[in-house]
Amino acid sequence: MASSDTRTPVHRAVGLGSAKSGSAHWWSQRITAAALVPLMLWLTGSLISLAGRDYHAFIGWLHNPITVVLLSLLLIALFRHTVLGLEVIAEDYIHARGLRIVTIGLLRFAGVILAASGIFAMLVIAFGGY
Amino acid sequence: MATTNRPLAPHIQIYRPQLTSVLSFSHRVTGIALSAGSVLLVIWLITAAAGEQAFYPLQSFLGSWAGLALLFIWTYSLFYHLCNGIRHLLWDSVIGLELASVYLSGWIVVFASAILTAGAWIAASLMAP
Repeated sequence: MASSDTRTPVHRAVGLGSAKSGSAHWWSQRITAAALVPLMLWLTGSLISLAGRDYHAFIGWLHNPITVVLLSLLLIALFRHTVLGLEVIAEDYIHARGLRIVTIGLLRFAGVILAASGIFAMLVIAFGGY
Repeated sequence: MATTNRPLAPHIQIYRPQLTSVLSFSHRVTGIALSAGSVLLVIWLITAAAGEQAFYPLQSFLGSWAGLALLFIWTYSLFYHLCNGIRHLLWDSVIGLELASVYLSGWIVVFASAILTAGAWIAASLMAP
């Protein structure tokens, strides 16, 4: 470590930097991105195979346990990734501090609500006997 | 703060668009488009869970010209964001950061996303009964 480093040993060990959040946001964006590559290709392929089919074909697809598990994981990764990305855009373009904080808070709430709603809807179909 | 006389970075309106800057901006724009598509995915699942009566209005809208146009934009946005996202992950691994590589991977993203979008729609039209 250079002698000009004025950081305390604790600060260096914790490693969260001046923004106090370290690399958590950045790393989470990358991990969810990597997860979404196969998941989105799977979803796109599945939806293509269902193109033009009726309600019962979709419901049949949503009854498959593999669909429920993969689509649940996809929704979690998707909304985490989406919220992280929109947060960065809000940080870049919303200059009024209060509005920025409120926007980011609402984005986070919306992400959790949407992912939870999508997973709940799938469970209703899976266990609801449609 | 007395910052009024500071030199400014080239302003967007007089800055010549380059492949690198256009692709970077497109990554954000397609990301925003996909955020809207993600909301639709959840609405679609909710209408499917609500039963056949609730499912068909959205399904018939998606089958209309406006719906198909939206789906096409989302398909292209998805493949663009996916290809360019992989390009970003490679950069994060310190791969392809030389200027020539950045331009080569940029053109690969442009063509790969167009080919994947066309392929997806051709496959979907062949699948449709």
